[in-house]
Amino acid sequence: MPEPLLSIKNLAVEFKTDDGIVQAVDDISYDVFPGETVGIVGESGSGKSVSTLSILGLIPQPPGRIVSGEAVFKGRDLLKLKKKELQRLRGDEVAMVFQDPMTSLNPVLRVGNQVGEAIKAHYPKESDDKVKERVIELLRLVGVPNPDVRYTQYPHEFSGGMRQRAMIAMAIANSPSLLIADEPTTALDVTIQAQVLEVLKTVQEETDAATILITHDLGIVAELCERVLVMYAGKIVEQGDVHTIFQNPRHPYTIGLMDSLPKLTEDEDWLRPIPGQPPSLINRPSGCAFHPRCFLSQGRLPCHTEVPPLRSTDVGEGHLSACHFAEELVGRRSKFAQPVGAS
Amino acid sequence: MLTFIVRRILYSIPVLIFSTFLSFVFVSLAGNPVALLNGNPRIPKNTIHLIEVQNHLNRSIPVRYVFWVRDLFTHKLGNSLLTFQPIWPDITRTLGHTAQVIIISETLAIVLGIVIGILSAIRQYSVFDYISTSFSFLGFAMPTFWLALLLQILFVDIYLKWNVRIFYTSGLNSPGQGTWSLDRLQHIALPVMTLCIISFAVYSRYMRASMLDVINIDYVRTARAKGLSDWHVIMRHVFRNALIPIVTVAALNIGGLLGGVIITETVFSLDGIGFYFLQKLQNGDLYAVMAYLVVTAVIIIVFNLIADILYGYLDPRIRYD
Amino acid sequence: MGISIRASAMTDPITPVSEDREVAPPQQTVDGVPIAPVGGLDTALDQGLEVKARSQWNYARRRFVRHRLAMVGLVVLIIVFGAGIFANYIAPYSFSEIDLTNLISPPTTVGHHFFGTDAIGRDYFSRVIYGIRTSEEVGVFVAILSSLIGLVVGAIAGYYGGVVDNLLMRTTDLVLTLPFLAILLTASALLGQGSQWRVSIILALLFWTGLARVVRGIFLSLREKEYVEAAKAAGAGDARIMFRHILPNTLGPIIVNGTLAVATAILIEAALSFLGFGIKPPTPSLGVLVSDAQANPQQWWLTVFPGLTIVIIVLAINFVGDGLRDALDPTQRRVRA
Repeated sequence: MPEPLLSIKNLAVEFKTDDGIVQAVDDISYDVFPGETVGIVGESGSGKSVSTLSILGLIPQPPGRIVSGEAVFKGRDLLKLKKKELQRLRGDEVAMVFQDPMTSLNPVLRVGNQVGEAIKAHYPKESDDKVKERVIELLRLVGVPNPDVRYTQYPHEFSGGMRQRAMIAMAIANSPSLLIADEPTTALDVTIQAQVLEVLKTVQEETDAATILITHDLGIVAELCERVLVMYAGKIVEQGDVHTIFQNPRHPYTIGLMDSLPKLTEDEDWLRPIPGQPPSLINRPSGCAFHPRCFLSQGRLPCHTEVPPLRSTDVGEGHLSACHFAEELVGRRSKFAQPVGAS
Repeated sequence: MLTFIVRRILYSIPVLIFSTFLSFVFVSLAGNPVALLNGNPRIPKNTIHLIEVQNHLNRSIPVRYVFWVRDLFTHKLGNSLLTFQPIWPDITRTLGHTAQVIIISETLAIVLGIVIGILSAIRQYSVFDYISTSFSFLGFAMPTFWLALLLQILFVDIYLKWNVRIFYTSGLNSPGQGTWSLDRLQHIALPVMTLCIISFAVYSRYMRASMLDVINIDYVRTARAKGLSDWHVIMRHVFRNALIPIVTVAALNIGGLLGGVIITETVFSLDGIGFYFLQKLQNGDLYAVMAYLVVTAVIIIVFNLIADILYGYLDPRIRYD
Repeated sequence: MGISIRASAMTDPITPVSEDREVAPPQQTVDGVPIAPVGGLDTALDQGLEVKARSQWNYARRRFVRHRLAMVGLVVLIIVFGAGIFANYIAPYSFSEIDLTNLISPPTTVGHHFFGTDAIGRDYFSRVIYGIRTSEEVGVFVAILSSLIGLVVGAIAGYYGGVVDNLLMRTTDLVLTLPFLAILLTASALLGQGSQWRVSIILALLFWTGLARVVRGIFLSLREKEYVEAAKAAGAGDARIMFRHILPNTLGPIIVNGTLAVATAILIEAALSFLGFGIKPPTPSLGVLVSDAQANPQQWWLTVFPGLTIVIIVLAINFVGDGLRDALDPTQRRVRA
């Protein structure tokens, strides 16, 4: 097996709020290998964004605080880097695409300048003309039409999809080896989503960057990712390659997520939403945080007394689940048994 | 942009007409200049009648308003009904003095307010932030006249106790001294200080709040994710955006202040336009009061326009056509 | 004179009405819990019921009580205003009683002249306390009257639009182009000074515009909302819609605005009285006291005590107002990060 590009171990992040301490990320570990695409899936508030923002020093501290853990990237622990070193890494070797392209671009600066800034920040000696040339080339790469005109326009003159393309151009400006896309299509119309995903795919092939794709949309995961992490209440509850997870899910939450999605290709009698709401991260339910909403638990004792460890299951070595009774799910198929990605 | 300015000016004409008419009715009802003359036994009744006719005081208020508007244009705001002196020179002189005080105090307040506002926003909840926020809260709660009086009492005391003249506590100049002299500076220092403290409270508080509003917006995170240094993030992405509301506040504030710092000028007996207005209002000098109201309304309208233009200049999302 | 801008500094006239405002009715949250086909129905219902029990006002109260400065302000305000209300019992002397043995004496415990006496031997502590009474009467009266006017005009303009709306917007434009203090001075010169009630009415007549604009904005945005449409479809009349469905949403801004208006009114009343265009002696108002003190600049206590009282009152009200805004008007709440 090759060296992982990024290796996160026992990361825990908490936020101090008026109501108490929020355990946003609770002791998670995972690896990302060069060139692969990893999906992180979960409901809002499951800690999926915080788990990546925190290692890049992008959560406000305070109220945020990294309690423990390490995040080794190319042999260096990001959590131990000095502010300046981390800053040099951001936007150069590790780049991010954010959720809302409406608010993620500065409304009073020209788009070209904002993309160029990403280059200038790391190569201050580069001449302005060169930077401009490169920015226009990048805009063309991500499919912005008339890039030399668009270069001088302001974000409000861009449509949502175009802004997200500009964001992607900004992220890949310095050919990062790790690209983190935080819900890159959530704020967009469905037709635009497909286009932006297309761009992400192209970019990935172009730069060969490893990608962490954070989303709540299993369809996107099926389409783009090779491996999946499912997060719930700040913990990883299931992890494995994308086919196994869709074919043989071993965590009731994963099954719930899949069953709550409509599937257009089949006759459907009902949707099965997961009952209840995501738990409060201040007073996390005892034992397995999912037990109050779980169809499998049936009130069994271990579910609310013991925190289930993330362990390998019957499916195979690389497949991990954090459910006491994962084996009971054998043979239980989700609606997604035929993976969408394969069609 | 030009059409916007023209349209705004055209729009302000009816506003101006209506507001001056309203003020005219108010002011005319408030003071009857003839009553004052009547009270003086040495002025013969004939003369009073003549004055009445000459100034159309025997006509109804709307008619008088029309005559007043004519005087406004033909005689530069007309003459005082009490002293028969032209009003225009008084207005320009006093407005000049007020402007001098305002420009100095506002420049200081804006620079200080913005710098302190930024520093306390980026060091939120530090001791520095705590102190500067308390100071600006205090400035908000402080009645101007009381602050002015305290400063005056302090410097009168200093003069009486040690016989040192640091700042004068009233007036504009010692005899024989000019507009651009140290003596003038010593005279206007206390009014400047008063206004500066009050305005500083406004600007620093706005700047801090505005910075904190911007600091949490997504594009600041984007800027940091790009690998920009903290200094760059603050200057290019936070400061510039946070400044937009401040510019509007400052333009409106300065416009309002030029309309007369009535209280400060009164406390320090400064020959500015606000003090002028108050005296004329006390005397019931109808046309002088009206002249003041017109001039200040125009100033305020102009500064509103400046605020809008600056806003559009700083924020590309605003379009004027 | 920066009064108008200072007043508006606290109350942004254009309150952005965001989606947050709609979360009010708690039963919606219960509706939002889906019926679960597989299990866990009980827990789902439990959670729903728990949400129901905590109303919007409970949250608001919790947020307010947690706002430390607001609580300090509230306590100070209760003490100071309480002293004003019970001036008859608290003040050692009446405000006009003359003590000829103690002319212009500095603060002393002799004869209980805690704040000293003025030039004709009146107890200054008593005068300040009666001055607080005048100021608080003016402040509260102006706040209530101007809120009522602003609410009615803003509601009508926002709900019906058209001529009333146009008229409102033009009037507020007009008020904005006039030098605020100068107009007040002119109005006082016309309408007569002296009685605090006259001064209060003049202030209220110029104060309502800001709130009217805020209320108008809320009505304007809410009258298009689905739940108002639904109420209309169900046959609710205009009055019912305005009172039952939209008005509750304006309460937060009204309370916040009203609170801050008390402070502004007290400041402006003091300024008017100081210039001789507000309340006239013998009624002691804090502004009148500072104005009178100018005759004796060497007797610091005559200037310091009434002025300091104004500062304390206004500061306390601003703190309470900030706390109320945080608690009642989440759309205006600053993100505390």
